[in-house]
Amino acid sequence: MARACIRFLRNGEPVTLTDVPPMQTLLDYLRLTQRKTGTKEGCNEGDCGACTVALGSIRNGALVYEPVNACIQLMGQLDGKEIITVEDLDGNHPVQTALVKHHASQCGFCTPGFVMSLFTLHEKAAKQTRAGVNEYLAGNLCRCTGYRPIVDAALEALNTPPAPRDAAALAALQDAQDIFIGDDESFIASPASLDSLAEIYESFPDATLVAGATDVGLWITKQMRTLPRLIFLNRVRELQALHDGPDGLEIGAGVTYEQAEEAFSALHPDMARLLWRIGSKQVRASGTIGGNIANGSPIGDTPPALIALGATIELRKGSHTRRLKLEDFFIAYGKQDRQPGEFVSRIFVPKINAKASFHAYKISKRFDQDISAVCGAFHFAADGPRIAFGGMAATPKRARKTEAALAQGLEAALAALAEDFTPLSDMRASAEYRLETARALLKKALMERDGLALTQTRVLAAREVVL
Amino acid sequence: MDATPKPKKFIGAGHSTSHDSAARHVAGSATYIDDIREPEGTVHLAPGYAAKAACGRIAKCDLQAVRNYPGVVTVLTAADIPGVNDCSPGAGDDPVLAQTHITFHGQPIFCVVAETRLAARRAARLAIIEIEAEKPNVTVEDALAANKDVLPSYQFKRGDAAKAIADAPHQITDSFRIGGQEHFYLEGQIALAIPRENGEMLIHSSTQHPSEVQHVVAHMLGVADAAITCECRRMGGGFGGKESQAGQWAALAALATYKTGRAAKLRLDRDDDMIMTGKRHDFRVDWQAGFDASGRIQAVDTQLLSRCGVSADLSQGVNDRTMFHSDNGYFYPELSIFSRRLHTNTVSNTAFRGFGGPQGMVFAERMMEAIAIQTGLDPLDVRKRNYYTKGRDVTPYGQKVVDNILPEITAELERTSDYRKRAKAIKTFNDQSPILKKGIALTPVKFGISFTLASLNQAGALVHVYTDGSVQVNHGGTEMGQGLYTKVAQIVASEFGIPLEDVRITATTTDKVPNTSPTAASAGADLNGMAASRAAITIRDRLGEHAAKLWDVLPKQIRFEEGQVKAARKSMSFAALAKSAQLARIQLSATGFYATPDIHWDRAKAHGSPFFYFAYGAACSQVTIDTLTGEMTVDRVDILHDVGKSLNPAIDLGQIEGGFVQGMGWLTTEELVYDAQGKLRTHAPSTYKIPCASDVPSDFRTKLWKSDGNKSPTIFRSKAVGEPPVMLAISVYCAILRAVGSLNPAKLPPLDAPATPEMILRACRAMES
Repeated sequence: MARACIRFLRNGEPVTLTDVPPMQTLLDYLRLTQRKTGTKEGCNEGDCGACTVALGSIRNGALVYEPVNACIQLMGQLDGKEIITVEDLDGNHPVQTALVKHHASQCGFCTPGFVMSLFTLHEKAAKQTRAGVNEYLAGNLCRCTGYRPIVDAALEALNTPPAPRDAAALAALQDAQDIFIGDDESFIASPASLDSLAEIYESFPDATLVAGATDVGLWITKQMRTLPRLIFLNRVRELQALHDGPDGLEIGAGVTYEQAEEAFSALHPDMARLLWRIGSKQVRASGTIGGNIANGSPIGDTPPALIALGATIELRKGSHTRRLKLEDFFIAYGKQDRQPGEFVSRIFVPKINAKASFHAYKISKRFDQDISAVCGAFHFAADGPRIAFGGMAATPKRARKTEAALAQGLEAALAALAEDFTPLSDMRASAEYRLETARALLKKALMERDGLALTQTRVLAAREVVL
Repeated sequence: MDATPKPKKFIGAGHSTSHDSAARHVAGSATYIDDIREPEGTVHLAPGYAAKAACGRIAKCDLQAVRNYPGVVTVLTAADIPGVNDCSPGAGDDPVLAQTHITFHGQPIFCVVAETRLAARRAARLAIIEIEAEKPNVTVEDALAANKDVLPSYQFKRGDAAKAIADAPHQITDSFRIGGQEHFYLEGQIALAIPRENGEMLIHSSTQHPSEVQHVVAHMLGVADAAITCECRRMGGGFGGKESQAGQWAALAALATYKTGRAAKLRLDRDDDMIMTGKRHDFRVDWQAGFDASGRIQAVDTQLLSRCGVSADLSQGVNDRTMFHSDNGYFYPELSIFSRRLHTNTVSNTAFRGFGGPQGMVFAERMMEAIAIQTGLDPLDVRKRNYYTKGRDVTPYGQKVVDNILPEITAELERTSDYRKRAKAIKTFNDQSPILKKGIALTPVKFGISFTLASLNQAGALVHVYTDGSVQVNHGGTEMGQGLYTKVAQIVASEFGIPLEDVRITATTTDKVPNTSPTAASAGADLNGMAASRAAITIRDRLGEHAAKLWDVLPKQIRFEEGQVKAARKSMSFAALAKSAQLARIQLSATGFYATPDIHWDRAKAHGSPFFYFAYGAACSQVTIDTLTGEMTVDRVDILHDVGKSLNPAIDLGQIEGGFVQGMGWLTTEELVYDAQGKLRTHAPSTYKIPCASDVPSDFRTKLWKSDGNKSPTIFRSKAVGEPPVMLAISVYCAILRAVGSLNPAKLPPLDAPATPEMILRACRAMES
């Protein structure tokens, strides 16, 4: 029997909502329904962070706080979560006092978002470097201060340990019940198991699957699309599983970037570097590896690397599962090898052989929290090179002709890139720049493979959290 | 209440106190307009425009589906406007709603009024609009070909520049581009109109210019200015983008209130905000210079071609200021500075921190780099050689530079930044590094303070002292985060010798201080601080006279300090004196007024002294670029900036650092991309990239210049600080230019701004050929 409500924790008290418009955002709930106006709307697309709130989750029995953008967080994602907003801090939280002391607010509009991002960082009770704080705050834009005092305040606040917190109240809200609110025409569904998900999606193949809503949220807030039937994936138990085995990673499609960070970093430092530059902390706390693949975007940043690593994916429809190479999933712009009612359930990523060399690069106008102009991944393995790019074609795509031409030398490979790809010009980069940069990345990968240090090949090494 | 109140602190002018709202900022309790609890029945607005076309006749505007959408109350069109359909700051060329033609993509044609904001936004998409589309003029080249301007061209001249260049030992000819900039205030444009009796209205507007909003609304409604009150407690950022640009949204909210009788709120969605409101002007600069072997300039001839968009807006002042700053800190013996204000079918460009000055200064600094490359000198030596000095101290517009401290500032920064040693080390690095190249540049800023439209250099204030000794201060300046309210409160606290916390700051409103100037031109504290000081002194003098009578001493013997009023061995609290004065029927309220002295400007003759003084500073930036991809990082920045005697060093430091980072964004990652159809393609933070935390150099050293005080008699001898620091970021552009230049030391890199990775790579490639 499905539960017909969502439950979350506010100020230590459970809140139960039975009447939830499917497309309602957390920000509108807070500002318009609850009249809690401390949380601001800056862009309504998850890019500025003014609406950042802290979301508490129980993970492996522990209470974890992550920053999320309330503007593109849908109410259906919140079951079993704790929501902390700026009003819930007492004004004297170490982060708040440090921000005042360091003159870290000017117009103040972005400040509540910074407070909440830093609240989640503070809760981690770990030391941080300036670069680490910078990276943590990539999703919070400030137009006044130039950030220096904000980061100073953060570093100081981290010297104070967080207050102890009790996970019991939130733990009590965790259950394995499916949720269904609404009717066949308009509903929120939040299945708790893979079988339930497969069943309801097969029944409503035109429903919209929502993982982190970092893309679907914009369909609502910016494209003004009407999405009456939403199936939320974040409570599907099996989709949250991540297994690190001797041969590779098995990643449930609902695993967030944030949750995958450790395992990805262990695969290769370039995977960590790539991950840090995908969206922002807020986006990575919500967005999923599976979503980055399933929505088929030509500029998703994990597919090129995963293709180069030889990843495969598992799809499920009803009780039927199948597996295919990730590179074969992407057919054309907006078109993937996915049937109605079928969904991506798992991703398999092989480990990198000790003798192989791997290199991943992201080129964008701004270092952090930007969409790639070009994203390139290079895997020089014993069985031959695997090279894939994002931003160069209508889909993330393997550079097969380039790979083949490498046997004839660099010049042949550089020429072959133009046969593999005919990139477009847009507001992020021109076609010429994309092709030239793709070639540059190939050269760079080869130089690095042959031993040139990253400090000589990458201008961005200086910014890194860990060198 | 605490049993023992905290002792009060005396934090007058000159001290680093927190921004008055800092505690509320971090608590989320500072109220912005969207946070005000709306009156019952408030309606919400969303503007609508033609999605596909930029300019042409409106052939069809079918709003039936819009009106039928659930929750829609009414739809506003130009026909609903009872007064004048204009929201321009003066020229009469900015319709609130387009009536027969549109002139740029995104121009509002109608505005939905609905029960909820969401309903209004969704309904706005349902209009069926057909435009007889004409080919828009989008680029400088389009406008030149069409020979279309929004305002007449203007020129500064001295001598015969063309001849002097031809006669000089060395010449350079160059052309390059400087991009525009989106303000990206975190709080978008918003207004809330609330009806009052007798056709009167209160307008809450996020605006730098409440008096103009008041006037625009009254003009549009066809009512007296006195019927409209405009109030603004704070903005979530302004940066010039809420100087003239706030009027349209206030006018639409007021129109909805006029039509429905209900309170009405319009808050633009971010994309609409970026599409529908003006930005910093972008330029093509075509220039020539003649100079000698020592790098000393003999003549400059520059053409500043700016894209103004569809209307005059503030383009006259902006482009004039570009001209006023085309010299930066350098003497040009003979010159022609020619400015064209081009008409393009794009949203009308407007004020942006620096108000055209930064673009002029980028030209001057690029010229310095170009001269250095051609002469083989270090660019810093070229700069020093061209600084204003005695006998070479008259600007292109006839003002004598009498307060120049650039030589001193430059010398100190050169030393503290270790410029020479690092420049040498960079040369060694570049010789050994095949892919990565570094560059370093030390550039000065000289920025003229005063509105160049003389009438704007005035301010009013209203100060009330209550009988418990507490004080309310109100003035014409607005708070957009720059700390103006805090500084003015500090000034008033200083004048009365009372604790800062006893001075209560109130929202800027046109019914307390009327006929105000915009809070702009960095002049907020200079003007309003002086006006508030005068109001406070008026009351203080009355109180002093009263105390003198009570104690039978001379008024000049009365001192106001530490919350006390003292004379000889007598003293009483400020509060007790206020109470006593009130009982003695002495007025405890006063206005103050200030008009900047000693400025004059004859625009027809292009001659005068438009600036009360100059603000100075310098920055040294070091960057690393990747010559394979064009990626760039700023390694280190050292800043030394002059704020005179600081009113609040912490706030001034914030203005300097924040201004620098904003300027750095303008010159590096912030790229406005218009397509050939005139549509802005970068209209959200997903595509338009302002700096984020990791873009700030990890080694970032900012110092205030140890000043004896402004030579001009400003409030407590302080200097304006809002805009000048933006231009410190030109050092980043020049450092990138140096890094690219290392690939071929004899060639001037064809580097346009913003220096995005793509632009840097293109410049690198050009160096090889």
